[in-house]
Amino acid sequence: MLHTSAPSSLAGSEQFRHLELLEAEAIHIIRETVACFERPVMLYSVGKDSTVMLHLARKAFAPGRLPFPVLHVDTGWKFREMYAYRDRYVRDELGIQLLVHRNEDGIRDGVGPVTHGSRVHTDVMKTQALRHALDLYKFDAAFGGARRDEEKSRAKERVFSMRDEKHRWDPKAQRPELWNLYNTRIRPGESVRVFPLSNWTELDVWLYVRRASLPVVPLYFAKERPVVERNGTLILLDDDRFPLAPGEQALRKKVRFRTLGCYPLTGAVESDAETLDEVILELIASRFSERQGRVIDHDASGSMEEKKREGYF
Amino acid sequence: MSPADRTDPRTSPGTPSPAAANMPAAATTMLAAATTMLAAATTMLEAWLATHERKELLRFLTCGNVDDGKSTLIGRLLLETDSVPQDVLAAVQRDSRAQGTQGEKTDLAFLTDGLKAEREQGITIDVAYRTFATGKRRFILADTPGHEQYTRNMATGASTADLAIILIDARNGVTRQTRRHAFITSLLGIRQVIVAVNKMDLVGFDEARFERVRDDFLAFAAQLPERTYYTVPVCAIDGDNLTGASERMPWYRGATVLSLLETMPVDTGVNQVNFRFPVQLALRPSSDFRGLAGTIASGRIQRGDSVLALPSGRSSRVARIVTLEGDLEHAVAPQAVTITLEDEIDCSRGDTLCAPDDRPTLSDRFEATVVWMSDAALIPGKEYWLKHGSVETPAIVTRLLHRVDIETLEERPAPNLELNAIGRVEFRTARTLAFDPYDRNRATGSFILIDRVTNATAGAGLIMSSEIGHWLDTAQGELRPSLSTVTNGEREARYGQRPATVLLTGLSGSGKSAIARAVERALFNLGRVAVVLDGEGVRAGLSRDLGFSAADRSENLRRAMEVAKTLNDAGLIALCAFVAPQEDARQRCRELIGEGHFYTVHLAAPLEACRAGLAVQNPLQRPTRVYEEADAGRVQNIPGIDLVYEVPTNADLVLATHELDGATCAARVVELLRERGVIV
Repeated sequence: MLHTSAPSSLAGSEQFRHLELLEAEAIHIIRETVACFERPVMLYSVGKDSTVMLHLARKAFAPGRLPFPVLHVDTGWKFREMYAYRDRYVRDELGIQLLVHRNEDGIRDGVGPVTHGSRVHTDVMKTQALRHALDLYKFDAAFGGARRDEEKSRAKERVFSMRDEKHRWDPKAQRPELWNLYNTRIRPGESVRVFPLSNWTELDVWLYVRRASLPVVPLYFAKERPVVERNGTLILLDDDRFPLAPGEQALRKKVRFRTLGCYPLTGAVESDAETLDEVILELIASRFSERQGRVIDHDASGSMEEKKREGYF
Repeated sequence: MSPADRTDPRTSPGTPSPAAANMPAAATTMLAAATTMLAAATTMLEAWLATHERKELLRFLTCGNVDDGKSTLIGRLLLETDSVPQDVLAAVQRDSRAQGTQGEKTDLAFLTDGLKAEREQGITIDVAYRTFATGKRRFILADTPGHEQYTRNMATGASTADLAIILIDARNGVTRQTRRHAFITSLLGIRQVIVAVNKMDLVGFDEARFERVRDDFLAFAAQLPERTYYTVPVCAIDGDNLTGASERMPWYRGATVLSLLETMPVDTGVNQVNFRFPVQLALRPSSDFRGLAGTIASGRIQRGDSVLALPSGRSSRVARIVTLEGDLEHAVAPQAVTITLEDEIDCSRGDTLCAPDDRPTLSDRFEATVVWMSDAALIPGKEYWLKHGSVETPAIVTRLLHRVDIETLEERPAPNLELNAIGRVEFRTARTLAFDPYDRNRATGSFILIDRVTNATAGAGLIMSSEIGHWLDTAQGELRPSLSTVTNGEREARYGQRPATVLLTGLSGSGKSAIARAVERALFNLGRVAVVLDGEGVRAGLSRDLGFSAADRSENLRRAMEVAKTLNDAGLIALCAFVAPQEDARQRCRELIGEGHFYTVHLAAPLEACRAGLAVQNPLQRPTRVYEEADAGRVQNIPGIDLVYEVPTNADLVLATHELDGATCAARVVELLRERGVIV
């Protein structure tokens, strides 16, 4: 084999920063999805990762508009500030048509995390609702903001992750992904989840939010808030649907959130980081993982993996 | 865990957190100050960003056997760079105590073995990607398993890696798998490799043992294309020479694995010279905007640059480079941009933009090395989807040239390529592709193959260097109809001969032209008609544009063979005197001319005889000066000196031209032609 040395790497002045490389990779993935699928959709969870992903999508198609709808699967139990931010920023400021999907059966049956526990609530209001929405609109590709650094089972997730007609993930039948050549061929009924932020870390996301001056839900910043401590987790008393158990007391603490989900299932951390820069500094010094505050990950070792097999995002 | 247990930056202002320990002293001080005085955070962050936002990104992969301790090595790298959050570490400690794989010790392998099933089997079964950072760099690590059946995973991990760590168990030394790892990383174009000789504690930290393993490895690696290897003796379980120098191996004075990772120049393999822009999407948001969106595969582009759209060949200029935040003056690989052109030319997904004077090869036939990843074997004649850049096209396997034995590097004929096999394959695609050889351009030289029934990613292809050049562009039989009214039979009757091409191959100075002329004379005397084509003659005219690289030599030969073929078509005998050092190229000559008409004569004078002018010489011709020129360093790529002359194994005739005289050699060639029925 003849080996001709290819021209070597960039001159110092043009060496890319890792954020620029991650951004380019994500845009490539988003465009490839639009080129290869008939009905893509972007899942938008209102959190920081979703916000970065949405911004990257806008960059991918500028000066045009997004060539796909944005879907929020609403469990009905998100923080109030998340709904406010969603309507103000995404709908009004960006002018993006947001599809909101809720599991109406679950709502009718009164399913919630307080009465039914995290497992049933997440399954009915999130996993089933998502599957139902994807089936309803016949979406064949759904963008998600998941990152490989979030959780061990995500580390082996592909960028284009196959789901069978029942939305199940089979970790043993994943397609190898080489270079930036993604196999986007699927059979009728099958779909893919696409993760443009696969290679990003929590710190990358925050650095990018800062660089692109993106607004985020204020819950990420520390403020004195009413909370209750349950099982070692600080839960925000966001509305009156979270009754205190005997002996529990509402406290006022200066807290913020590293991730956002359903408020009864999302733990706050005590913090003084009131601004974006302070949040980034705190993160640099932190020794705890981001999903630490997520109640659902702690059910059992390997529990995220099991949820994914069932069709959790 | 109660909130009080949590490390809160505010409670320990004097002690920088371990994450901060990786930062230079100045930044650490800044951070400590910042945690006490959060009011000044923005200024502090600006300072931190100034030093750290420009962190380079290094992607690397680790390969090793199941038992080489690879997961332990990765676990320790993550642990010692403070990349493991405390709650995650606590969970791992809990799990490893429960399973007791390392006794009371924490099994660091649990940090990386992500999926439950694999954890229970104690093996990693797939590619896992992890990120970590130090004060100097941000890393993405592809963890790939080492067992034999998982070649596909390693190729996957290697395809996006800039560097590889190959683990060797010091007790076992270089094994079949080690050779496999070295070959695959080399094949996928990774130019820098750290060879970590692990478990040094189990061989008593023996220097001689380490040196033996290193020498064995380098001896094997010498057969591969040139790469940079760093060999480090390590003990991953305790961290020796991983992140800190080992007191137990004072004899090793080289760098640790981590310091190599932090300091080696990042060689991403992205070609920064040749502009290639595969169009991913044509954006047309309104009637007055038409943009071509895509990722620059290689090279750079500037506003106003002339570009050529392939395959159409239409040209235009770059009007704008558009982004959401405003136009760019220039852009480089691997940026994702939108380009608008000055002219409205027809260009859409699957087309490639390039510079007009620097074009990729445009062809629907090419040869590639394929790594097979599917249970259903690759078979000649089968059709697949081929994805190259933004083109997805049906492709047919026209020929399987050979399979490579990954451990010995031998090339063997094979009827198919099975899962995890690697081989050389010829393809024909429905659409014309614009490509470069993989070793010049990873982005435009790579493709994947997709099974048309199952949609599985069945294989990965690396387009080979264009040593074969235009051989494959050659129009095939059915496209070259003979319009002549003179039949072959009439020609044979007229000339008393059947057409043939004789390739006289051998080193410079072995007597090729001299013997060709002598044969020409002998045939003429017999009343036959032969034409001599020799290297010098062809190069003086037909191939004036070519140099002496392997690729140019191959192309020179191809042109000569096209002429020989034309002569044969006219019923004449072609006597071709060419060095023709590559077996592959000679094989292609045979195919082009046609079996039964092509004869190889190897002039087997040894190099020293050729150099000394002791082989058959033509008195009318100047003796070759090529060796003197090579000795003086004025010429390169001289077969026998710095380019391999592959001795023909299937020659029809071998002549020891340093022992025989010219007349005898010519007589033997004539005799050969008589034996084979070319002349009667």
